[in-house]
Amino acid sequence: MVMLPRVEHELHRRRRSRNLGLLGVLLAFVALVFGLSIAKITSGDMMEGYDHQPRASMLPRDPSPPAPNAGPVAVPGTPGAAALEQGPEAGQ
Amino acid sequence: MTDINAYQGPAEAGFGDYVALLKPRVMSLVVFTAFVGLWVAPEPMNPFVAFCAILFIALGGGASGALNMWYDADIDAVMKRTAGRPVPSGRVPGTDALGLGVALSILSVMMLGLAANWFAAGFLAFTIFFYAVIYTIWLKRSTPQNIVIGGAAGAFPPMIGWACATGGISLESLLMFALVFFWTPPHFWALALFMKEDYHKAGVPMLTVTHGREATRRHVFGYTLVLAPFAIWLGFTSVGGWLYLSVSAVLNLLFIAGGWRILRRTEEQANADGYKVEKSYFRLSLYYLFLHFLALLAQHWVGAW
Repeated sequence: MVMLPRVEHELHRRRRSRNLGLLGVLLAFVALVFGLSIAKITSGDMMEGYDHQPRASMLPRDPSPPAPNAGPVAVPGTPGAAALEQGPEAGQ
Repeated sequence: MTDINAYQGPAEAGFGDYVALLKPRVMSLVVFTAFVGLWVAPEPMNPFVAFCAILFIALGGGASGALNMWYDADIDAVMKRTAGRPVPSGRVPGTDALGLGVALSILSVMMLGLAANWFAAGFLAFTIFFYAVIYTIWLKRSTPQNIVIGGAAGAFPPMIGWACATGGISLESLLMFALVFFWTPPHFWALALFMKEDYHKAGVPMLTVTHGREATRRHVFGYTLVLAPFAIWLGFTSVGGWLYLSVSAVLNLLFIAGGWRILRRTEEQANADGYKVEKSYFRLSLYYLFLHFLALLAQHWVGAW
């Protein structure tokens, strides 16, 4: 087998600098995305995304929820109606 | 044995050549002003998210730099200052610069959207479009006001930084834009007065060539007068305070005085002392912008209004 001399040319040096540089950039990008995920999750951002299915847990919290009904109604003859007649405290 | 050096193929680019495509020196201005815009904004940001946001804004700026280098390779090859850039010197093919620019534009906008918010990301996309298409491709070669228009692209980063934190635009961020926007023309035209680049040969209409050097001196002084009220006004908004106002007042007085000295000089006087006043005014302009933004940071630290 003929052994060819391994000559390192300027060209190879430049090519290696490019490859190593790209490696460094890609690793840094991975670290960045990982760090971003950690930062976002630990600061309480939404951890579930929209999954093509409306879910109450995805809705933003209502800053002023509607007040409970002041005058509740019940179908006559049901336990609810009897409770209403005895007063709101008893119906709770 | 044949000497391996006898064959000289096309020059092979190193990693540094691709970094040079992103114009690292312009990037440093983008990083600093975007950081200040983000930091002084009223909404606090997670420090790591803020770091990422600044990084992606810088990357977007670098992407527009690469697009600029791709399109302007013919101009760059003619002028001495830019002939050594990666594309005109033949180390990086023009198509590589285009590819890198487009890929990094998309990446930086998407990542800024995910890291901060989509308003800031859209703003970054607009800035890249503005610099690469409106400035580089369209107006740079067709109007002597190219510096003014290009200045807008450089003035967007503090607004993007502000938008990352707040998700919108407000008077403070508009005034930070105005500060960089009106600062760019006197800064650059002072440079054009003493660099005497062969823009004419390159086919770029530069004010010093199209309207003469005397008109350029008038423009430099005029812009310092326009700039000062905006710089002071910023001191009366929610990000301002006594510290910023005093720094700004001193710097603006110096800047107007320098502009006045430039206006009063003739070319003979300038030639006689080797453009001393123009050169010192150019240096002052660098301090002017840096210290204004530094003062905003310091003011935020000690507490604004």
